Amino acid sequence: MDEMQKIVLDYVKREYLEDEDQVMTPDTPLISGGIVDSFSMVSLKRFLENKYKISIPDDKATPEAFDSVNKICAVVREFVK
Amino acid sequence: MSNIGSYEERVKNFDWSLAEQELGYKKGAVINIGWYCSDRICLQGKGDKLALVWEGSAGVEKRFTYHDVRRAGNTMAVFLRGLGIRAGDRVCLFLDRIPELYIGLLGILKTGAIAQPLFSAFGDESLFVRLDNAQTSAVITQKKHAPKVRKILDKLPHLKHIIVVDHDGKTPFKEREAAFSLEKTAPVETFDVYPTLAESPSLLHYTSGTTGQPKGVKHVHYSLVSQYLTAKWVLDIRDDDRYWCTADPGWVTGTSYGIIGPWSLGVTQYVLDAGFSAEAWYRFIEKYRITNWYSAPTAIRSLMRAGDEIVKKFNLSSLRHLASVGEPLNPEAVIWSERVFGKAFLDTYFQTETGSIMITNYTGMKIKPGSMGKPFPGITAVVLDPKIYEPYASPGKIGLIAIKPGWPAMMRTYWNNEETYINKFKNGWYMTGDRASIDNEGYFWFVGRDDDIINTGGHLVSPFEVESALLEHPAIGESAVVSKPDPINMEVVKAFVTLKSGFTPGPDLELEIMNFIRKKLSPLAMPQEIEYVDSLPKTRSGKIMRRILHAKEWGEEIGDTSTLEND
Repeated sequence: MDEMQKIVLDYVKREYLEDEDQVMTPDTPLISGGIVDSFSMVSLKRFLENKYKISIPDDKATPEAFDSVNKICAVVREFVK
Repeated sequence: MSNIGSYEERVKNFDWSLAEQELGYKKGAVINIGWYCSDRICLQGKGDKLALVWEGSAGVEKRFTYHDVRRAGNTMAVFLRGLGIRAGDRVCLFLDRIPELYIGLLGILKTGAIAQPLFSAFGDESLFVRLDNAQTSAVITQKKHAPKVRKILDKLPHLKHIIVVDHDGKTPFKEREAAFSLEKTAPVETFDVYPTLAESPSLLHYTSGTTGQPKGVKHVHYSLVSQYLTAKWVLDIRDDDRYWCTADPGWVTGTSYGIIGPWSLGVTQYVLDAGFSAEAWYRFIEKYRITNWYSAPTAIRSLMRAGDEIVKKFNLSSLRHLASVGEPLNPEAVIWSERVFGKAFLDTYFQTETGSIMITNYTGMKIKPGSMGKPFPGITAVVLDPKIYEPYASPGKIGLIAIKPGWPAMMRTYWNNEETYINKFKNGWYMTGDRASIDNEGYFWFVGRDDDIINTGGHLVSPFEVESALLEHPAIGESAVVSKPDPINMEVVKAFVTLKSGFTPGPDLELEIMNFIRKKLSPLAMPQEIEYVDSLPKTRSGKIMRRILHAKEWGEEIGDTSTLEND
């Protein structure tokens, strides 16, 4: 797991995961898995933008694109210089 | 031929006794929704028919026949009675969309207790005010949500039982906790269902108020009559249909049309307990050959955004009837659904307080995209002149949507708040708080709310509740909350805040405040934007003028500012 995957995974666990017993990996479904809902996606997007000093267009922040830590990292990498 | 047949004929000859006869109900007799939605269907010889097909986020599937639902409801009822739950007690369902939520509601009603479903994404503060107001006796929840209940337990002396439906046996129980497992408890074949009558309370749904705390909307068992007939005529549910209501039973649509309507009709309903994704939803429709789909504009607009190409990957030809609820359905969504599904989503309108659909579009009726449709037969809906609270004499004028009281599912009061209930009526009309106009063919056209309540993704959020919670954040001095336009959710929450000295505005603080509200209230109430301001617009008496902030967000005229401080 690289640094970005670890940071995003830790953030998701700390902020959104309610079931303490649930094991999470970078491939765990977040939106379709019910861990992050569509309203909370806004705060997750804001975290990524703050952390990596980027701006993610709304059309890139879709439920499908944010459905796992790995997918999120792929989106972030598109915008990190 | 649709279930309703000719709308005009139904309006002419309408009487609610039609539904009573179909349900086999006679005035003054026992009427218990728990029994009607399970035992009665079994007595009709449909006990082996599927009542619920549930799929979880990991693809796990569970199936329940009407016999299963009847027995499981009995099992839950026996357990609750064993704990000392009695008729009239409030029992909260604080669960994700798992089978225990659907079946648990019937179990609670069978005991004569009042079911209080609450959205499982609520934070501890939202949960507290609702449990405190209702003086709830028991909460049925899941292991993952139990910590939110534990956090507020000390402040809830009336709460005697926290019932965990998926206790793993590893974590020791804390104070007032008990385990209940539907899978591990022997099914109960017969149960002496409590003999509730038409006016016996059944459900307590909480809805947001403009200035006060959330209000508990009290419904009664007689609401079944409205919910049964509207599900049949508006959602056009037939015996061999496969019905999917995407609403969460934490809200009124999820109980009226996600449990009571379909199960009183003895239909098979399907539940997907997973987050939204276009692919997952289309796959669900294809896999289960869904025929009737009742959803919400926010979801429909999200599907639109996902594009037309993805639709072509799935066989959705099973779809026969599409309907939408929660907020106005924009004309583009109606036209889009007609193009990609071959059927228009029919917009329906009702509220937590009305309990059943009031104004709607019907199969067979001319659809005017963007219109709310026409009143359900037996419903007298009008648009009132806001100055005199009398119906406008001519069409086309914007006024207040009002309904003549008397339909079966009408709320009976606000829990512990009779004064606010009485204030919902003017000149003998129930005031919905929504504005609309009526065209010359009798179609209603939604305009907006008549108050500051925010309708985000079909859920009402009280600006007062969010403002109060914001003030509990250590950095915030003052707050004002309004809606701002959003292409998917129609409206979202926006907060204007002033900071206390020593705090610096910035994106990290903004995120911290957003997460603070998300956890305290709910993701719906979380401001999606926070604007730092030096001061808020106030009247000379110090009242924050939300309407000025609202007007700026919506690009509207600010209007009269004569009372504005320092103007």
